Amino acid sequence: MKKGLLEAVNISLSYGTNQVLRDVSFRIEPGEFFALLGPSGSGKSTLLRLIAGFNRNQGGKLLIDGEDVSPLPPQLRHVGMVFQNYALWPHMTVFDNVAFGLVERKFSKDEIKKKVAAVLDVVGLSEYGGRRPSQLSGGQQQRVALARTIVIEPSILLLDEPLSNLDKNLRVQMRDELKSLQRKLGITTVFVTHDQEEAMTTADRMAVLDLGVLQQVGSATTLYDHPVNSFVAGFVGTANLIDGRVVDEGGRKVFQGAGLSVPLAQSRVSSTSTAQLFFRPHSATLATAPTADAGMFWVSGTVASVEFTGEFTRYGIAVGQTTILVDQPHLIGDQIFAPGTQLSVGLALSQTTVIAK
Amino acid sequence: MSQATSLSTSSTPGLRAFFANIGPWFVYGIVFLLLMIFLVIPVLLVFYTAFVTETGAPTLGHFMNFFGQAIFKESFINSLIVAFASVVFASLIAIPLAYFTVRFDFRGAILIQTLGVLPLIMPPFVGAVAMQLIFGKSGSVNLLLGEWFGINIPFMQGLWGVIFVESIHYFPFILLNLVASMRNIDGAMEESAQNLGAGGWSIFRRVVFPLAMPGFVAGAALVFVKVFDDLGTPLVLGVTNMLAPQAYLRITSVGVEDPLGYVISVIMVVFSVVALWMSALVLKGRDFSTLQKGGTSLQQRRLSFWQGIAAYGWIIVMLLIVLAPHIGILLMSFAKVWSFSVLPDAYTLAHYATVIQDSSKMISNTLLYCLTAAGIDILLGVAIAYLILRTNLPGRHWLDHMASAALAIPGLVLAIGYLRMFKGMTLPFTETPIVTTWVLIMIAYAVRRLPYALRSCMAALQQVHESLEEVASSLGASRMTTIRRIVVPLMAGGILAGFVTSFITASVELSATLLLTSVESNAPMSYGIYLYMQSLAGRGPGAALGVIAILVVAIGTYASNVVAERYRTTRKD
Repeated sequence: MKKGLLEAVNISLSYGTNQVLRDVSFRIEPGEFFALLGPSGSGKSTLLRLIAGFNRNQGGKLLIDGEDVSPLPPQLRHVGMVFQNYALWPHMTVFDNVAFGLVERKFSKDEIKKKVAAVLDVVGLSEYGGRRPSQLSGGQQQRVALARTIVIEPSILLLDEPLSNLDKNLRVQMRDELKSLQRKLGITTVFVTHDQEEAMTTADRMAVLDLGVLQQVGSATTLYDHPVNSFVAGFVGTANLIDGRVVDEGGRKVFQGAGLSVPLAQSRVSSTSTAQLFFRPHSATLATAPTADAGMFWVSGTVASVEFTGEFTRYGIAVGQTTILVDQPHLIGDQIFAPGTQLSVGLALSQTTVIAK
Repeated sequence: MSQATSLSTSSTPGLRAFFANIGPWFVYGIVFLLLMIFLVIPVLLVFYTAFVTETGAPTLGHFMNFFGQAIFKESFINSLIVAFASVVFASLIAIPLAYFTVRFDFRGAILIQTLGVLPLIMPPFVGAVAMQLIFGKSGSVNLLLGEWFGINIPFMQGLWGVIFVESIHYFPFILLNLVASMRNIDGAMEESAQNLGAGGWSIFRRVVFPLAMPGFVAGAALVFVKVFDDLGTPLVLGVTNMLAPQAYLRITSVGVEDPLGYVISVIMVVFSVVALWMSALVLKGRDFSTLQKGGTSLQQRRLSFWQGIAAYGWIIVMLLIVLAPHIGILLMSFAKVWSFSVLPDAYTLAHYATVIQDSSKMISNTLLYCLTAAGIDILLGVAIAYLILRTNLPGRHWLDHMASAALAIPGLVLAIGYLRMFKGMTLPFTETPIVTTWVLIMIAYAVRRLPYALRSCMAALQQVHESLEEVASSLGASRMTTIRRIVVPLMAGGILAGFVTSFITASVELSATLLLTSVESNAPMSYGIYLYMQSLAGRGPGAALGVIAILVVAIGTYASNVVAERYRTTRKD
């Protein structure tokens, strides 16, 4: 398999006055499994279709292995795309569907037979060549769509929400299959999803998009631990975000907002900026009284809501003028606090940062 | 007060339940009887007559006789050639036009839509005369060609003329079906082909056209059947060595007793049934409408300069050819003299005066027959649709099968069946033979158009959610009240569409009309046009009557569109 290098340089696209993509730049390394993550309307599918050539960028460059492919029509880009609804042709058998691209490339009949058999074997559908797409299950159709695309050995493989049409159990199984297939083939893969869990579990790196603007690119842990802004913090995982500002108090940086005043472990924060205090619900602790721990900062609060999920209990705690979420791991015998209970909330200082709004 | 009535009716629950349950059976019975008397039995009678001797013994002799005569063998082969060739030429016209409409984002799409409807509002035989004046041996086009290039192309010679007229008349059936099919193709079907390296022509050949095949086959089968059955066009063009004209000539010259007319009828029915059955067979299990909810259909592109020239060029040429009969008829209706010249030499309004003086009865006859027939069609259509979709009476689907079978019965055959069945019968309490009344003409129209009206009504009723009726009956409405106040108002759009289709197509019907019109005072316009066109002197008035027929149909279509549109806008929020 070829491993293409994909670079987007200041890509922009608008439909009339509606700017769908603004100055998007990123670089996807050869062989990388890369996810485009974002809510609906973020421009992620537009970006994928732009890589495939169904949309043209009005500004910027799209480089594959260093060559600008922006002016090329889809059929000359050699970029394979698996469609969200698979788009298998109902009038052709599985074999003919998979052979389509090879026929276009004028391979001999024998070569086509060999290649199709090989790729159907890879996706585990050797026995199904004679069937029609309508006779296959959702997961099998997905594999045919994948086989049809990888058989032409594209330099980049694009997957448009590949798991969204499958039911929940199958989704996890296909996710693992996709991942191992990608590792085996080593093909550069771009994968569009709105499901952050899907992106985090499969991709090497991912890009988060919102309103056509690339927010952050990085590995799952980078995005989860060090989001650059509140959008990324809130979209990748659950976050507590409190509006306020950073002030200098006797040489120490302190966050002030919503009636709270929290000392910061971070040193590289400018003191005048409006900022948001950010921490994950599971990094905070609940106790009936503060314990002596230098790494903890305690505030008092009242239980406002309780949700028991099994692995943990999610509390909504009223502190100052806001409500924060706190996840407490649950073990047999643990007490569940009732709404109205007065408690102390411990914020782990090493897990609590401020980010730009 | 309303409370009092509801109390008094609910005091006899047994009787109410009885009437509530007997109602559908009653309607079922009436519909069944009507279909038997006016469709099934006449057609069976035609078959019976073709297979028995004068004494009633079964025989294949009539068929042997038929295939033993050179003229019949020739007619048989000619009919097949004309039908197949018309399908081929109609496809050649329709496929590019359908592709342009669906694929490209350009103004010509409106022109194409107009192209698609225009031919349908004029019967093909009316156009045939005008076509001869324009494309005939000494018609406008050949006169010009002769002057410029010294050549003469026999567009209208013999079978070619029939094929030419039929193709430009019936290609809309393929165009409309194909466009509907192509609009149902999911855009991703094409994009994935592009993604795998296929270019424009390859995408069309390997993906788009195969996916649109169901629409194409359905349209092509209809064209085949229509052309195979058409009587008016060959007669007007003077081509008698085809099946329909032969059957007509046998029945009108030799008489209703002549078995060969029945043999031809049987052959025509069999070919119609086979064509429709084969198209159903091809389509079975191939519902290729791949567009899902929220999906986008094929992307429309802007035309490049050269594509634009090609597309507009093709459309304009087609528009000119398709409009030729209309323009020709219009010119003829105003022409004092028009022969051996590109355009008429002098113009007059005399033909219209003649027609209005002589033929106003025909115009009112057409309105009477066609409006009544269309009314009967929607009554039957609503009844059958309701019985099928809303009751579980045993065998109710046979009503649908029977009514739809009318599609495969040529007007000629139905008329022969009626003549045979009602021969010698008189209207009750009078001496008037049934076959001389206009009622049979009207019923023939109704039976032949029933399939269209039924499809519209079925589609309309399928759109009405059953819970809307259940609410009404849970609030105490009887079945009749529910139908009257809930079902019919909600179906109104579909019912109206069915009414208009029935009306329009009935008003241009000729084959049954020719056989069933026995007295001139009963003749509708189509018959009148045909009679006028028989003589050279009558062509002017014939054309004038043709123009009036087109206007009547066009006004009817337009008015119903306006009503339907107003209805739709007031109903939806």
